Amino acid sequence: MTALATTAVLELQGVSTRFGQILVHHDLNLRVDAGQIVGLLGESGSGKTTLLREMLGLWRPSAGLIRLFGSDLLAGGHLEQQAIRRRLGMLFQQGALFSALSVFDNIAFPLRELKCLDEDWIRRLVLLKLDMVEMMPVHASLMPAELSGGMVKRVALARALALEPELLLLDEPTAGLDPDRSQNFVELVASLQQSLGLTVVMVSHDLNTIAGLATHVAILAEKRIIAFGKKEEVMHLDHPFVAGFFSKERHKLL
Amino acid sequence: MSAPPSLQLEPGKVVLTGTWTLAALQAQLPALPRDLEFAARNTPAWDLSQVERLDSAAAILLWRTWGESWPAQLTLPEALRETLNRVAKLSVEVPTSTEKARSPWEIPGRLVLAGASELRGVIALFGQLLLDLGHLLRHPADVPWREFGANVYKAGALALPVTAMVGFLIGVTISYLSSLQLRSFGADIFIVNILGVSIIRELGPVLVAILVAGRSGSAMTAQIGVMRVTEELDALSTMGISRTIRVVLPKVAGLTVAMPLLVLWASAAALLGGMLAALLQLDLSLAYFFDNLPRAVPLANLLIGLGKGLVFGFIIALIACHFGLRVKPNTESLAANTTTSVVTGITLVIIFDAVFAIMTRHIGVPNL
Repeated sequence: MTALATTAVLELQGVSTRFGQILVHHDLNLRVDAGQIVGLLGESGSGKTTLLREMLGLWRPSAGLIRLFGSDLLAGGHLEQQAIRRRLGMLFQQGALFSALSVFDNIAFPLRELKCLDEDWIRRLVLLKLDMVEMMPVHASLMPAELSGGMVKRVALARALALEPELLLLDEPTAGLDPDRSQNFVELVASLQQSLGLTVVMVSHDLNTIAGLATHVAILAEKRIIAFGKKEEVMHLDHPFVAGFFSKERHKLL
Repeated sequence: MSAPPSLQLEPGKVVLTGTWTLAALQAQLPALPRDLEFAARNTPAWDLSQVERLDSAAAILLWRTWGESWPAQLTLPEALRETLNRVAKLSVEVPTSTEKARSPWEIPGRLVLAGASELRGVIALFGQLLLDLGHLLRHPADVPWREFGANVYKAGALALPVTAMVGFLIGVTISYLSSLQLRSFGADIFIVNILGVSIIRELGPVLVAILVAGRSGSAMTAQIGVMRVTEELDALSTMGISRTIRVVLPKVAGLTVAMPLLVLWASAAALLGGMLAALLQLDLSLAYFFDNLPRAVPLANLLIGLGKGLVFGFIIALIACHFGLRVKPNTESLAANTTTSVVTGITLVIIFDAVFAIMTRHIGVPNL
């Protein structure tokens, strides 16, 4: 693990994003190392989800460089991009399950796209992923519309984990879940991260999620990352946003 | 980079080395599974102590190779044990739904039942619209004028360019082809009768109906369908706003009003195209055309055409809204219902056109 810890999984250098006249990010820098669980915090509208989309290569920043596993995602051709994308998994806020496919087919989809696994292998992998996210084999034949909000998140997580990613990106992983389910989901991600050795970057507003899951916290404010470090250190930072965000709950959680 | 997955056959045991992950395995397929199979047949002892990483895909591969049981001798580091344990404990039985015996009558039976259910839905929606009209007569303040206006604009005004263009070109085509035939009989002047009756009575309404079914019918189904998927219809209901009064009725009423006007417009464009083609092909002056048109085509034909427009517009909008409300919250259902809506709309328009043709066969035919 010590050898891995020196490799940057994700690196943002001087990233600027502009929507028309509005500057969202200005000269933003961030470096995430292997094994870290980074919570990305910021006010609503500060561009957290945009930053996440830029990390995935879904949106090209106006300036700056984004490196995933040491290489620039948008610089390579289709095959290079595909190779990098297969090393990361993304959990979208609404799950983004393919509504025309059953739960089983949703999880099997990325595996089938590899075009080198046989059906028996895929079936076992899908059932294993379902088991990992604590869902029953009977759920495999359900359609996404028949699932509850918590189940959608878990199936989406299973799909994100299908290709055994090294980097997992989570957009509001516990939004819309009740505290109990949200706690279960946090424990689930934490245990998966432990057993699979994932690097996780997540955007969340939920203090419990951040407190329960993150090892590191990055604060996005004033168009850049104003602080990045161990959760405990960043929590005590003297900045209006940080103070406001952690003030009421800080003592309880620590 | 880490070492690729590989196996060595040492005396009495198989030694696995490298990173056994899905990404790394991909490059080694299908040779590696074959080697593993071969090794498993000859050696019961496995040494995994030099494996750097083992993910679940690779664990499944090993478990399958071992014939779904633990090998007789296994050296397994503690870090990898959990991954393999998970695979070992997994039940691969997928519960399948019990298939009932199928009768040959099942498929036609289901089709008839589905058709009956759709018919019932359309009639129910029609009844609901009548009830809504009754409500609106008693409460005129609730009339959704804005939505009605918006639908007349979207389905009517915005369709003007395309209907005019298609109408004009059809007019040119018919006039050109007919004039070739008529000239060989020396019956040039009958081009006025042919164009007048066929366009005003038949082609104008049907042409516009097909265009509008493809253009506005699909849009209505998709819009209502997406409103269902995103629960907007439920949001309306919770505010105490009737979905039929606010969503369905303005569409049906809007298209019923807009269609006759579009028919008039498209027929005019088609006649213009026909006149110009006749002028160029037969040297028939525009003045002669205008003088003879009212005599060749009695007023009843125009009224039949406009009446058809009214009925077709109503049918298309009603069918589109019905299928929109049938959409289930997934993309496949949205696509299927939009397709069904347009196909059913056009089919019904043609059926009703035939009914019109039979019912009005004695009306508006000029005496020659």
